[in-house]
Amino acid sequence: MSACSHAAVRRRRPKGPWPQLLCGCREDQMNKRIAQIGLMDQLASQNTPVHRLDPRAKLLTTLVFIATVASFGRYEISGLVPFFLYPVTVIVVGRVPALYLVRKIVLVAPFAILIGALNPVLDRTPFLTLGPMTLSGGWISFVSIIIRFTLTVGAALVLLATTGIHGVCLALDKLGCPRAFTVQLLFLYRYLYVLADEGLRMVRARAARSFGRHGMGMQVYGYLLGHLLMRTLDRAQRIHSAMNSRGFSGQVRSMQSLRFGAADWPFMAGWSLLFFIMRIHNVSHLLGALLTEVVL
Amino acid sequence: MSHHIIEAKDLSYTYPDGTQAIRGLSFLITHGESVAIVGENGAGKSTLLLHLNGYLMPTAGSLRVGDFPLTRETLAEVHRTVGMVFQDPDDQLFMPTVFHDVAFGPVNLGFPSEEVEKRVAEALETVGMVHLKERPPYRLSAGEKRAVAIAAVLSMSPNILVMDEPSSNLDPKSRRRLIELLGGFEHTKIIATHDLDLVADLCERTLVIHEGSIAADGATMDILKDEDLLTRCSLERPLRLQACPVCGTR
Repeated sequence: MSACSHAAVRRRRPKGPWPQLLCGCREDQMNKRIAQIGLMDQLASQNTPVHRLDPRAKLLTTLVFIATVASFGRYEISGLVPFFLYPVTVIVVGRVPALYLVRKIVLVAPFAILIGALNPVLDRTPFLTLGPMTLSGGWISFVSIIIRFTLTVGAALVLLATTGIHGVCLALDKLGCPRAFTVQLLFLYRYLYVLADEGLRMVRARAARSFGRHGMGMQVYGYLLGHLLMRTLDRAQRIHSAMNSRGFSGQVRSMQSLRFGAADWPFMAGWSLLFFIMRIHNVSHLLGALLTEVVL
Repeated sequence: MSHHIIEAKDLSYTYPDGTQAIRGLSFLITHGESVAIVGENGAGKSTLLLHLNGYLMPTAGSLRVGDFPLTRETLAEVHRTVGMVFQDPDDQLFMPTVFHDVAFGPVNLGFPSEEVEKRVAEALETVGMVHLKERPPYRLSAGEKRAVAIAAVLSMSPNILVMDEPSSNLDPKSRRRLIELLGGFEHTKIIATHDLDLVADLCERTLVIHEGSIAADGATMDILKDEDLLTRCSLERPLRLQACPVCGTR
């Protein structure tokens, strides 16, 4: 759509999140988002000490990290803060643009906020009194959820940015994860672009004929989705037939082998040990105590 | 070798909804032939191609590919004999990198890894795309995708190449490059297309399909000059065989 008609489209746009999401004006943004997924691939193809590590070492370390972070009590905040050390280190050494990651985390943040949103309302037990202000347990647990979410999603994204989806799937596969799952994951990623492209073309076709008024409602949106599903099924069938004609027999064989090198063991063991220490000792408190001792 | 043949005898296929897509096709394609399959939209070209890679099984009649009659049991052999290049390269290129995509067939055939690497290198060399080896397929241009899709089939060393609309969506230069590439192959080639100029360049024999049956089967030049036949089958003379738009001469 040309830029000049955007204002008109926006003014007449029906209320509600769906039409807005699929309105023609948003095409630029959709394009941008698709391009941003591609940036992940570029980041993953860099060559830094982190990128050179065996995907399995990074995957296992990330899993230990996520499990440790998730195991904290619901009111924990100070004990979680030192865990930022891991993603930050990998970001710096792996040359991952921090702002890009933050944007990605913000994009999925609504899910975490939704999960914790009712905590402050439901849990009103006073937890902390700061002068006239009383902080309820609900607020503390809400903040704890957000921190945990940032840490875990951040670690997963950092893993993806330094290993690539192919590396992650390969690692999952070599670690004994069912083939059906890893292959699904690879295909999901591969056809994300094709699906987004098809969706985009349909949205464009609709916008070109709806003149900002008609065809933006829920009903048309339903047709659009249904159509997209049918196209996807057709394509899946064609892909399957293409795979069959190249000798596919239900198993994607990989010819890549991985080697657990000299740097991989120390990376995995070192970080896991640190996570363990940070889990049993509250490093924030220790540092605080140390600082007060030095100052006093 | 004389056994690289495709032989159809009274081949018919009726879709589950009752549409009779092809009825009683009989033809014989021998080793090294380059055959075009042309016809109007819905004539049954795609249905016929889907038989050649065993995706559909004939509801009546029989099809023989190489040394094997087409049955569920011989599918693997048929797939090994026939290299199928699909119309939309996005359907065919599904692996994370070009290398893995071209290696997909050889790996499935159970070759050792040195052999796979050798085949991939050769196939990419043939289509001139070695430099794209590490790239993800969805980031290539349409011309590059098509070339890689062909390499992905060549790496299995098929005896017969089957192509569905190979020149669709290509710019003139990529199309010309494709024609030169295909012209250099010694495989038995079967090309379904609407691009009759490409047919004139590449195929010495043409099968015209009309409403599910064979309307003509003969030398390409004879068929492309048969005005009545072309009109009846919703085709038209390729541009180079038409009168010059400026001076009106042929």
